[in-house]
Amino acid sequence: MQPAEILTSLFPAGHQVTEEAGLLAGSGQVDGQTTVDVVGITGKTYPGVDEALTLAGRILAIAARPDPAPLLFLVDSGSQRMSRRDELMGLSETLAHLAKALWQAERAGHRTIGLLYGGSAAGAFIATALACGELVALPGAWPEVMDLPSMARVTKLSVDVLKEKAATTPVFAPGLDNLFATGAIAEIWDPAQPLSEQLKAVLARPAAGDDRARWGLDRGGRQKAATIAQEVERLALAHG
Amino acid sequence: MTSPSPANPHRSWYEESARGRLSHLLDAGSFSEFLGPQRRELSPHLALFNLPRQFDDGIVVGAGALAGRPVLVAAQEGRFMGGAIGEVHGAKLTGLLHAARQMKRDVVILFDTGGVRLQEANAGELAISEIIRATVQARAAGVRVIGLLGGRAGCYGGGSLIAGCCSALVISEQGRLSVSGPEVIETNKGVEEFDSKDRALVWRTMGGKHRYLIGGVDLFVADDVAAFRAGALAALDRPATLDQAVLAAEQARLERRLARFGDAADGTEVWARLGINQPTDVPDMDLDAFLTIANRQREGADAAR
Repeated sequence: MQPAEILTSLFPAGHQVTEEAGLLAGSGQVDGQTTVDVVGITGKTYPGVDEALTLAGRILAIAARPDPAPLLFLVDSGSQRMSRRDELMGLSETLAHLAKALWQAERAGHRTIGLLYGGSAAGAFIATALACGELVALPGAWPEVMDLPSMARVTKLSVDVLKEKAATTPVFAPGLDNLFATGAIAEIWDPAQPLSEQLKAVLARPAAGDDRARWGLDRGGRQKAATIAQEVERLALAHG
Repeated sequence: MTSPSPANPHRSWYEESARGRLSHLLDAGSFSEFLGPQRRELSPHLALFNLPRQFDDGIVVGAGALAGRPVLVAAQEGRFMGGAIGEVHGAKLTGLLHAARQMKRDVVILFDTGGVRLQEANAGELAISEIIRATVQARAAGVRVIGLLGGRAGCYGGGSLIAGCCSALVISEQGRLSVSGPEVIETNKGVEEFDSKDRALVWRTMGGKHRYLIGGVDLFVADDVAAFRAGALAALDRPATLDQAVLAAEQARLERRLARFGDAADGTEVWARLGINQPTDVPDMDLDAFLTIANRQREGADAAR
């Protein structure tokens, strides 16, 4: 689905979301009662220091507001922008700042819901979609950790070998189903049904804690994470 | 700062193993490990790639004391898989941070990582997201989370985002802090954008001196375990606060950085704009000469992180 289509389906009562330089901002009305703040990264934009700071500034302004309006983060990005300038300016700080801003909004009483409808990868994925309190996705979304040529260089395996393994290894392979299996995504929405109703259903549930390790266990994509984390926590608490 | 002496010999942080760093960072005999190698919690994924596994999955987590002050600690081993974060490795750090929040116990993380372990990429990516959430939750409970940056693998990828969520960071000249590593930038954008073999360029762009000068980290120390210990103790005296005001200050700080340096082509140009007279001399300056100039001219973070 394209952003215009998604926004129409999300906000039958109308929206004021605009796009500028690959970033979305505005708000929409799910129904007569519920207004939702919208931010987003669209068109496979690769967020660098500038984009990350613009998004964080908008999110912090929402966090500072006393009302509890939910915040919806639409995501169709590349990886973080890979450039000498972005790293020179401290991209790690800026992306971390974006993740912290999202968390601050959540802590201040705004539900933060990521809607992954396109791509996202690597550090950009961590600082946007994965930093929301809940992440939902539309079919056709394509999350990945790293593109195969970069992966080949780092792992010193050929692209062909990686492609072969990617076809058979869910914990390593890109794509929505594989990320879903690890517990990254709460639910995959049905594009044939009104997105407004599916958003309302998410908002009607109480905000949960971080259940992703348990989902990964239940879905078979991460067999060890939940028990290892619990065991270290238990040992630390017992040690005192 | 502690000087090397017969009783306190120089011990390179960069050259030490994770366990070697921990044993000399913490008070003698204070360390207890959780889920240590005898428990053999191996990566369930590396065998698919015919890669060797390690009994601690490349991270040591436990409790210890720093000058009598109890802390939780995690040390990544850069010599195993480049310190990369996989499912078990990541879950050990997440569990430690969950405990820290409940115990209100400060945490010291010895970073040495290339980021996500690509052979288990999805599990590692998600682990980093869980670690970030556990870090900010611990900080919200008043827990300090200190990052030490000086390992041989640097602090790259998702590891650099975790570092960006710490309450204070300590770095040595050898420390490198960056999202995309030099080879990844070169692979994607070409050697004209970044020549990964140009080591001087790597240090000028993401090395410890540059990060200290722009306020990306809080303390700069020698490549020495005793110096990192002193740095960790100083970092533990800094505030842990993470709230709207701190994040608004960080927003302003990062915007100011872009306004001031955003069109600089190279680290030396940034340092010239900081008012450093001979910016090309910075890489060769020894510790004392560098700190004398840096502490006068640098952008500080003022706990805005």
